[in-house]
Amino acid sequence: MYAQMVETGLKKVQTRDDMSAEEQAFQARIDAGVKIEPKDWMPEAYRKTLVRQISQHAHSEIVGQLPEGNWVTRAPTLKRKSILLAKIQDEAGHGLYLYSAAETLGVSRDELLDALHAGKAKYSSIFNYPTLTWADIGAIGWLVDGSAIINQIPLCRCSYGPYARAMIRVCKEESFHARQGYDIMMKLAQGSPEQKAMAQDALNRWWWPSLMMFGPSDAESVNSAQSTQWRIKLFSNDELRQRMVDQTVPQAEFLGLTVPDPDLKWNEERGSYDFGEIDWDEFHNVLKGNGPCNKERLRTRVKAWEDGAWFRDALVAYADKQADKQAAA
Amino acid sequence: MSKEWPLWEVFIRSQHGLAHKHVGSLHAPDAEMAINNARDVYTRRNEGVSIWVVKAADIVASSPSDKDALFEPSNSKVYRHPTFFPMPEEVKNL
Repeated sequence: MYAQMVETGLKKVQTRDDMSAEEQAFQARIDAGVKIEPKDWMPEAYRKTLVRQISQHAHSEIVGQLPEGNWVTRAPTLKRKSILLAKIQDEAGHGLYLYSAAETLGVSRDELLDALHAGKAKYSSIFNYPTLTWADIGAIGWLVDGSAIINQIPLCRCSYGPYARAMIRVCKEESFHARQGYDIMMKLAQGSPEQKAMAQDALNRWWWPSLMMFGPSDAESVNSAQSTQWRIKLFSNDELRQRMVDQTVPQAEFLGLTVPDPDLKWNEERGSYDFGEIDWDEFHNVLKGNGPCNKERLRTRVKAWEDGAWFRDALVAYADKQADKQAAA
Repeated sequence: MSKEWPLWEVFIRSQHGLAHKHVGSLHAPDAEMAINNARDVYTRRNEGVSIWVVKAADIVASSPSDKDALFEPSNSKVYRHPTFFPMPEEVKNL
């Protein structure tokens, strides 16, 4: 998802016997549905896993602005441009809510940003694909933000208070993103044959990467099982992916577009769609840094950070000067 | 970058007549920028009519381990609630 394959650093799921008295009390609170707050005692592995998960999620929001920024100056109308700007501004806001939540766990904002800029921190694989046409902006809102909503709604109930509260804010705003994307797709699908072909092309390119966002099957994963026990993961990757396919296929049908999967078929017995094999080699390759845009995304982020350094420094210099003046008075 | 910007806690009054409520936090070099940033981060959809920002370092919080000492004493004082006193049916306006 926005946070994919998060490591817990543990080799096996902790049983009661593995836990200290403090850990048992902590797990009991989680099992009782009590939220964990920043000043509460927590196991070090829980804290570290959450830092990884929340910061990865934050980085994804920030890097996620880049593929869309590519189309701000080329949006087809002033209205579409204003809407896209508002969406991108939301993504920045989502990143900030999440960085704040991560900071309550005792890491600093600058540490997190340094890790991103040094290429040490992960962000979602999905943002390493290019936005070649305007229809890609529609497909991203519809499919990528749509998938994000499916992942994030359960996280509103996760065990860590600041993360859950950030997710509630994010989810409220995310519906706008998904709808504006579908609105773009509708307009194109109802337009000229060329416009409809453009919409179909975007669906063809974004469908599989969107399914990959949920991450490989984690039925056997110790990390996922442990995260589930801690209630910072509420559904398996496969369950969430199935939910995405089931809700999106009818939306594609309404548009008159074809989902690019010859194996896609309604399964009456399961009450769900069966779908084809995902190319996990591609996913792992993108995670390793070899996706179409990994290098460009990181370069753009670093450049924005470095180009803004003089301005941040000036703000600090001004604040220091004012503080000195006040101290002297 | 020389030093990290301080952390500010943000409180928003959502409507006239309601109290300011904590909504989150952000980094800013000074109070003025904190207000500006809070507007952009926390009120993009008419969420507020007024913003307070307070340096996080200036907030003093109770500790979770003091929970019992602080809040337990009021548990036994149920008579502080009006429902503790049953009133006869026929008595009105109480």
